[in-house]
Amino acid sequence: MDSIAVVGASLAGVNAAATLRAEGFGGRLVLVGDEIRDPYDRPPLSKQVLAGTWEPDRIALPVDLDDLDLEQHRGVRATALDAAARTISLADGGEVAVDGIVLATGATPRRLPGATPTGVHMLRTLDDALALRAALDADPARVVVIGAGFIGAEVAATCRERGHEVTLVEAMDWPLARVLGEDVGRLLAGVHEEHGVDVRLGVGVDHLEADPLGAVRAVHLADRSVIESSVVVVGIGVTPAVEWLEGSGLALDDGVVCDEALLAAPGIVAAGDLVRWPHRGFGEVLRIEHWDHAIESGRAAARRLLAAPGDAVAFEPVPWFWSDQYDRKIQLAGRAAPHDEAVVLSGSFEEQRVAVAYRRGDRIIGVLGVNRPRQVVQGRMLIERGASWDEGLALGDGA
Amino acid sequence: MRVVVDFDLCESNAVCMGIAPEVFEVRDDDFLYVLQEEPAEELRPKVEEAVRRCPKQAISIEG
Repeated sequence: MDSIAVVGASLAGVNAAATLRAEGFGGRLVLVGDEIRDPYDRPPLSKQVLAGTWEPDRIALPVDLDDLDLEQHRGVRATALDAAARTISLADGGEVAVDGIVLATGATPRRLPGATPTGVHMLRTLDDALALRAALDADPARVVVIGAGFIGAEVAATCRERGHEVTLVEAMDWPLARVLGEDVGRLLAGVHEEHGVDVRLGVGVDHLEADPLGAVRAVHLADRSVIESSVVVVGIGVTPAVEWLEGSGLALDDGVVCDEALLAAPGIVAAGDLVRWPHRGFGEVLRIEHWDHAIESGRAAARRLLAAPGDAVAFEPVPWFWSDQYDRKIQLAGRAAPHDEAVVLSGSFEEQRVAVAYRRGDRIIGVLGVNRPRQVVQGRMLIERGASWDEGLALGDGA
Repeated sequence: MRVVVDFDLCESNAVCMGIAPEVFEVRDDDFLYVLQEEPAEELRPKVEEAVRRCPKQAISIEG
């Protein structure tokens, strides 16, 4: 393999490129990214950057691209791929023909249906975060956050800490209940209410009302209530950024369909938010949108591309994420659902400090913690080595 | 090799403990403790991995 292109210059793509060089690839290495900015870390966007405590230079990724001897196409979107020919078309009319490709174009925030008035924000990129921060600096009377997933909940928390009045709207009965269960959802809703957020659960958005100049003026909910606001943040999830791969010859199904070692087609691997692959350890087909997964899958995809036939290693990480909301740190190692049993290892939901273990069959498959980082990481180590449920339960001893 | 943690940045995510439990421990008080400030050289790959994987970039190595 003499030439490789990495498409996507965020966490997964940059880790893939760095790993290719670290593993000894000395050929032509192309990096395509649709943002002009140097690659940056996203978790602080909804927290320190939005709060105004960190400036953009603080979140640069700790990788020096100059050291990687790259042919860079920055601020340029990839528009098409021919998987058989391994040719990538770029928005500036250019074309990149290579032997190997890492697909790492991430995900795109979902939009509400209909026209988007001004004053309606999303939070995916640094520019998004800075635009929202500028809107908050104008001291709006109220911020409405639509969607109480990780991004929405973190934005709501940061806005409260900045002193803004906040309404948090969630169409489901509890925040994050589908991922983390109703008990955790109830806990999180309570945390936001205690911090003064107006939490509206189980109600969808009917429409956004704009003034004659096209600026958002109010959010109309499905229960006919109306919340006046000039700043609205939409955090209703993301979809894998794979439109540009339509017609490429690759299998697409809510992401790029890969084998157990992240191969999408001969010479083509995928990493980050868009990879859908069978995880042998959990016996599930997964697609994961978390920070740690972007790093791990970026590295694994790079190694897979360089592996000799027969040397491919199945990608079987124990997924892990964290979310900081006020003084609560929510972490999950492994899987929370579907499970056969959930047991509180220590603490309680009432005190908003709790560790929960999840069982599937006779194995521990996940540990959730709210302000329990020690038990989450211990759980992660157990799950990594396929530990039994009894070993998992022992995590609660002495805690 | 000397392990330095910037405790103003550290958020006790405990990722380092998962990678190098010989060196890093998050205890039940939610604080990170460095068990060995000058760990043996054979631990260097693990400590370097912990440096790379810290979500807050709070760990560094001197020497």
